[in-house]
This record gives sequence, structure tokens and C-alpha cells, in this order.
Amino acid sequence: MPLLDIDKDKCIGCGNCIDACPFGALSLVDGMVVVNDKCTGCGACLLTCPMHALNLSQERPKATGESLSAYSGVWVWVEQFKGKTCGISVEMLGQGRKLANRRNASLTACVLGHQVEHIAKEAISFGADRVLWVDDEILAAYRTTPYAGALIDLVHQYNPEIFLLGASSRGRDLAGSIASLLYTGLTADCTGLDIDSDSGLLLQTRPAFGGNIMATITCPNHRPQMATVRHHVFEMPVDDPRRQGQVIAVKATLRPEQITTQVVDFILEKDEVNLADARVIVAGGHGLGGPDGFQTLHKLADVLGGAVGSSRSAVDAGWISYAHQVGQTGRTVRPDLYIACGISGQIQHLAGMKTSRVIVAINTNPDAPIFTVANYGIVGDLFQVVPALTEQFKKKLHK
Amino acid sequence: MNIIVCIKQVPDTTDVKINPETNTLVREGIQNIINPFDLYAIEEALRLKEKFGGKVSTISLGPPQSINALKEAVGMGADEAIQLSDRAFAGSDSWATAYTLALAIKKIGEFDIILCGKQAIDGDTGQVGPGIASQLGITQLTYVFKIISLDPEAGAITVERLLEEGREIVEARLPALLTVVKDINQPRRPTLFHIRRASKLLIPTWTAADLPGADSTRLGLTGSPTQVIKIFSPPKREGVLNLITADNVEQSASVLADKIIAEKIL
Repeated sequence: MPLLDIDKDKCIGCGNCIDACPFGALSLVDGMVVVNDKCTGCGACLLTCPMHALNLSQERPKATGESLSAYSGVWVWVEQFKGKTCGISVEMLGQGRKLANRRNASLTACVLGHQVEHIAKEAISFGADRVLWVDDEILAAYRTTPYAGALIDLVHQYNPEIFLLGASSRGRDLAGSIASLLYTGLTADCTGLDIDSDSGLLLQTRPAFGGNIMATITCPNHRPQMATVRHHVFEMPVDDPRRQGQVIAVKATLRPEQITTQVVDFILEKDEVNLADARVIVAGGHGLGGPDGFQTLHKLADVLGGAVGSSRSAVDAGWISYAHQVGQTGRTVRPDLYIACGISGQIQHLAGMKTSRVIVAINTNPDAPIFTVANYGIVGDLFQVVPALTEQFKKKLHK
Repeated sequence: MNIIVCIKQVPDTTDVKINPETNTLVREGIQNIINPFDLYAIEEALRLKEKFGGKVSTISLGPPQSINALKEAVGMGADEAIQLSDRAFAGSDSWATAYTLALAIKKIGEFDIILCGKQAIDGDTGQVGPGIASQLGITQLTYVFKIISLDPEAGAITVERLLEEGREIVEARLPALLTVVKDINQPRRPTLFHIRRASKLLIPTWTAADLPGADSTRLGLTGSPTQVIKIFSPPKREGVLNLITADNVEQSASVLADKIIAEKIL
């Protein structure tokens, strides 16, 4: 089955698509584009065709077996760490509420952990109609097997139509396991979720190729439709402590001896390392000249209550630890404010931060690519600009 | 100790340029490389073999040219390589990919550890590793950046995982599947000796017919639960660069601070 349909009546043989194919799968034969077996169906060529002659093959069998209509409701896994709800889960409760309303369905929060009843109540205040609350010592620290096992049991019992998890390390670990065992579709790292008004399907939009193309993905024949969602994509909902909802306590079924992992320790980093949750990131690169340069950034990050990020070159040079790296081989971040200091802006770095809400670039080179994505820029020496900016913020924010 | 490393061939994004008019990918002189994260997985496997003995096998699912990625892995020192390539596998999403790789791993048989990169740089999903572990019903350890200890006799491993809030130390039972992050090691370069061996090594290509128990309705595009329905250019960043030029640094900083505060994001 070919992965790419080429409309031979529309193709004018311009060859635009050939240059765009990352896999070298397209060529011209007798003035017409043909695809070979190197094609992976990635879709990178589709947009380059002026005639709209290219389409991804949509041939596939229809759903068989159990009826999809038996599934209803939107679920959100409420991630918690040491008894505190993770911000990304609250964002998803907000978006989950909207999707549930569009589907005329209920929103269910899945709260797993040990002594986490307060989180169940919190989930209702953020929009859940119902909480499935699994409280057991076995779930005290996140582990794949007991968490996946408990959630799969719940899915079998209640048949949700949509199941959302945060694209955090734990969320991706868990979602990959659950979707695999349930044989259902999972779209990772979504930056958009909507309901198709005709089919009622969940429209899951995500970046691919380092954010250079966007793809909208559906899961037509399997349930639940599963997605992990990136940090800071959706608005934080306002909590309403008076909201009423149902809390259903569920027993964990796995026994300790069935679990092959044991968390023995957790070495907490300071908040300034948690790039995923940070609303403000002050990041440095090659222009810092050495590890001491980061001290300058720390001072600005402290004033703004932000985290400190880094380009790959500063990590590879050993100036700062890998946990700080933003970009393709580091973390993808989406803070409200990203201040890039002495970072030239290689495509791999931009892939990790270019969806930040406001980007500020400080660089001595006015031609640095970082300025192409920046909202504000200062051409100058970061060792002069950053301390001056720190002082200005201290003064203006009364700190 | 038997170690299996799953690798993927991906386009080298350092070659990727964006056409500023259409905002789409433009590639010239296409180079396909081993997914960078998978190089760390290969390196870690080779280090474990050097310490404990045994065998490192690499497998890759992909179009025919992905055999070059396997040759490179053998060039680094992997003992064996198996290619999974068949029209029936084409169009696999992360579910079908994990299913197919798990079938191949079952066919390979004995293993103590499976290593994968934490994600591939083209798809960025990070789901195939957990998918394989679940299909095989073995321990899953993701985002590993250090193997603290390993005792093949006792079937025990202790690793450090890199999470948002810090580092988690986990003890686990083998067999286990590990996905590794960049910081775990520094991958070696291929050596002439191993490159020569790679050029002579027969790398078998397994098709769907070679995978015992393969359910054809779960392979490739047909077996993939997800479906791409639309591809489009990412929205361009709103507004253009506001370059701040004042008489001196203090003034520039003051103007910038005011503008950021006016964005109401602090």
C-alpha cells in the first residue's frame, strides 16, 4: 500500500516536493513525480505542492468488533509529585472540561497515589465531575507497572472515549505503556486538542521534525483516544472550591511482589532547574564564555523567579549540567518569557523554545538567527546588558 | 549478557533549512543518520559488554536504506544487526512500530537488557520504548542517565533517571528495557576494524513472514491506530522583532524591562 497518493491529473512536475522530502523518496519520471519505497508517510512534501496533488494515503480498514459508541467521557490523569498536583495536570483539567462540554460528556480525573485525597478534591474544584481515586502505599512514588495496571483496570471498567496525560517524563512513560497494552492510538506531545464537529473525533495537533511541520492526528477506530499534552499549551483554569463532584475510591489490585521496580531515592534539584514548569527561563550559550557566566544569569532568574536554561554548546563544554539543556537533544520548553543570552540560535535550539510566548534575545551579533524568533532584542554584550536588566527589574518590580 | 539495541534512521536535521516563503522544509544533499539518542544507547550497550561480556545485537525497523544505520552500529562495535523491512511495515505509527520490534525481539530470544534512545528526533514521541517493554511484559526504565550498578547473576539493576524535579534512583529486576538520555555517556566513533567487519557482515532482513505470531492486521499502516489527517505549516511568530536601541546600556535595559512588564507575564 503506498503511503503517498499522487494525483497524476494535478501534478505539473515542478519538483518542489523532491527538494522537501527528508528521505529522498521522490523523483521525476517523464515529467511526473513518483514515490519509491523510501517514503515513510511523514507528510513533509504535502505543503510544497502548488497544485495540491499530494495526499497521505487514507486507506485503512474500518472499525470492527465492539462498537465505539460504548465509550464516553473525557479522562485526565492527575499527576502528583510528593502529594502536590503538577501544573500540567491542572492545565489539562481546564482543557478536558472544554472537550467534555463539546462532547456533552463528563470529565473524570484519575488521582493515584498515597494519601492524596486532597488532590481528588482539588480536581473537582478545577472542573472534574467525577474522580476515580486510587489510594495505596504501592502508589506512593510513581512507578510504571502499578500506575499503568490501575489505570488499565479503570479503562476496562468505565470505557472512556478520550484519555489525556501530561507530556511530562512520567506522563510519557505511563501513556506509552497504557496505549501499548490497550492497543489504542496515542499522540505524543500535542500542542492542540479539539473536537471535529462532524465526526466527534479528537483532533490532536502536534509538531514534528523539530517543529518545522505540524500534523493533525486522529484515532478513528480505537478507544480511548489517547494524547499526551505539552506544558503551558492550555490556560490554567480558575478553581472553584464550591464545585461539587463525585469521588469514587478504587482499590489498587497489584500486589507488591508483582512489581519489578523500587524507587530508593530522589535527589531533588532546585526549582531553577525545572524547565518544564518554569514560567520564565533565562538561558545562556556560547557567549557566556565559561561556567562563571551562568552566575550573571542566575541573578536575573532569581529576580524573575525563573529557571536557568542552556544551549547545547554550553552543556557540551561542561559549563552547566545536562538537566538545563533546551533544544532538540535537551528539553522542549514553552515558558511565558524566554530570555536568550549569548545564544546564536541554531535550528536545534530554536526547535526547543520557539513556541515560548515572549522571546528576548541579547547577543553581540546582530545577524544571529535567534533574532528571527525574538519579540525583543538588544544587540550588545550580555555581561553589560544582563546585570543592567537585573537592576531595572529589581527597581521596577520593587524587589 | 545479551543486549539488544533498537535504533532508528532519521534525517539529519542539521541539513534542514526552512524556505522562508513557504515555511516548509527544504533539504539538499540528504543525509540519513542514526537517531542521536540511539548512539548513546549503542555506546552504553558496548560498555556493558566490555564489563560483563556477552553480545550486542542491534535491530532497526525502516525502509531498505536503514541498513546503513545498522552498518554504522556494527562499525561502532555491535556484534550483530537485524533489519526489519517490508512493505507490510510501511506507515507504522508508534504502536505498530513497538509491536513489530517486540515480535523481532521475541524471535531473537534471550536477552537481559534492551536499550533505546529516549526518543527519535524526527517524530519526538518517546513512545516506542515503553511500547516494546509493555508488549514484552518486562521492566521499563525511561530517561536513564546513569547505570549505577548491574548484577547479571542476581538479575538486578540500579539506575538514575532524569525527571523534571530531579534525579530518581530506581532498583529493578532484569530483564529490563532502558531508554537513555544524552548525558549517559560519550558515544565512540566507528573504528576501521569494525567498519571492515561491518562491510563483510551479512545483515539479515526480516519481513512480516519472518516474525512468528505476527498478526497482519496489526502491522504497518493497517495496524496503526493513529492516522495523520492534515499537515500544515506552524503558525509564524506574531509580530516582528522590536530591536531596542537606546543611548546606553542602562537605558536599553530600562526600556526592555518596561516592555516585558507591559506584556503582563511576570
